[in-house]
Amino acid sequence: MSETVDGRAPGGPDVVVDALGRHCPLPIIDLAKRFADVPVGGTVELFADDPAAPADVAAWCRLRDQELLGARDLPAGRAFLIRRTH
Amino acid sequence: MPAYLDHASTTPLHPSARAALLAALDDGWADPARLYREGRRARMLLDAARETVAGVLGARADEVTFCSSGTGAGHLAVLGTAAARRRAGDLVLVSAVEHSSVLHAAERHERAGGRTATIGVDQHGRVDPASCVPPPGTALVSVQHANHEVGTIQPIAEIAAAMRAGGDGGPGSRVPLHTDAAMTVGCIPVDITALGADLLTASAHKFGGPPGVGILVVRAGTRWTNPMPADEREAGRAAGFPNLPAIVAAAAALHARAGELAAERERLGALTTQLRARLPALVDDVELLGDPDPAGRLPNLLVFSCLYVAGEALLGELDRAGIAVSSGSSCTSDSLTPSHVLVAMGALSHGNVRVSFGRESTAADLAALLDVLPGAVTAIRERAGAVGI
Repeated sequence: MSETVDGRAPGGPDVVVDALGRHCPLPIIDLAKRFADVPVGGTVELFADDPAAPADVAAWCRLRDQELLGARDLPAGRAFLIRRTH
Repeated sequence: MPAYLDHASTTPLHPSARAALLAALDDGWADPARLYREGRRARMLLDAARETVAGVLGARADEVTFCSSGTGAGHLAVLGTAAARRRAGDLVLVSAVEHSSVLHAAERHERAGGRTATIGVDQHGRVDPASCVPPPGTALVSVQHANHEVGTIQPIAEIAAAMRAGGDGGPGSRVPLHTDAAMTVGCIPVDITALGADLLTASAHKFGGPPGVGILVVRAGTRWTNPMPADEREAGRAAGFPNLPAIVAAAAALHARAGELAAERERLGALTTQLRARLPALVDDVELLGDPDPAGRLPNLLVFSCLYVAGEALLGELDRAGIAVSSGSSCTSDSLTPSHVLVAMGALSHGNVRVSFGRESTAADLAALLDVLPGAVTAIRERAGAVGI
């Protein structure tokens, strides 16, 4: 799976970041690097399977004052949906 | 300049313990269970060590058992209480941030058919006493005195009071409270009577004693039975020939520490406060963890997480500069999972560093750390392309 920007399809995230197979803290760095591409009010979905990702995605959202909307299971790993608040 | 800043993992032998150890190797080699002169001399040393430890901890000597480690003491506390209270209940309540020794004992209890439940913590790692009120069928509640990773001190006396006020069906049914005091004994004043705990465990190497000595305190009247095969040693509570020289040295260390606590608390508390105050200005995107109130945390320990930094890389950079610290980040653990303590608190788990001062720590150690840390963090972030994001 490669990184894609899916063009703000209704219901879908504005940006998808695939960090599957990458170890902590790389998924969070990948997320932060691509965050500039997310419009304010838009969403980004991060795919990660590192065991630290659930804790660190939530902590990053808290530190950066962004909104973690939820997470869903992938065949391997989780997809975290984050809204850019500012 | 090198600096050992991992005293919460273990700390060098206290000079009093070294002197006692050497003396006891000569005088206390015999079997304290034997009745001849050499045995009686060993017995006197063992009894004196037990009296000393009991006195410092506010317990009676016959309530103190020596075993081979703090971990072993924790296993005995949890499993021994669960075994003795099988008819009263099969539920073991533990906080989410307990040391692995308590969690492993709780897992064993569960595998043997018992139940376990977890008490959650807030963002500082603190347990709410109201959440410790045991439901019917509880065998034991286990809440540590202070956390080993972030230094948060738990309100044990309030927890004991809440347990007594709620869920109490009479004197015979009061649920015992175990507190793992491995981080506090020899670091801050610990009095089991004042805490209101029924069982307390500690580890000698954490307070300047030698390795290989665990302390188990079981208050008189607490239902407890040795969950392991027993012999005549330690009143049947811990089997095997006791490591008498190490026990004597542990008692000497604890006695010496008791006399140093007030001054050390102030001196090391000043180093910790200074580190806490200066870090945010020296390192961008650093999250200080643990209770911000000095009364709610250990005086000698500070934990923080650096955003976008791999804990393993940071430990490596610091080690190259001769600075020893520890980390709860997943990349520094054998299991590659983040610390259960950091996860329970909702804290950033990567880039985690625990700095802990000890008896030999000085302002020069702090200066050495502050010299190296900001540059190390920046270098790691630059290598990862994680600057300005």
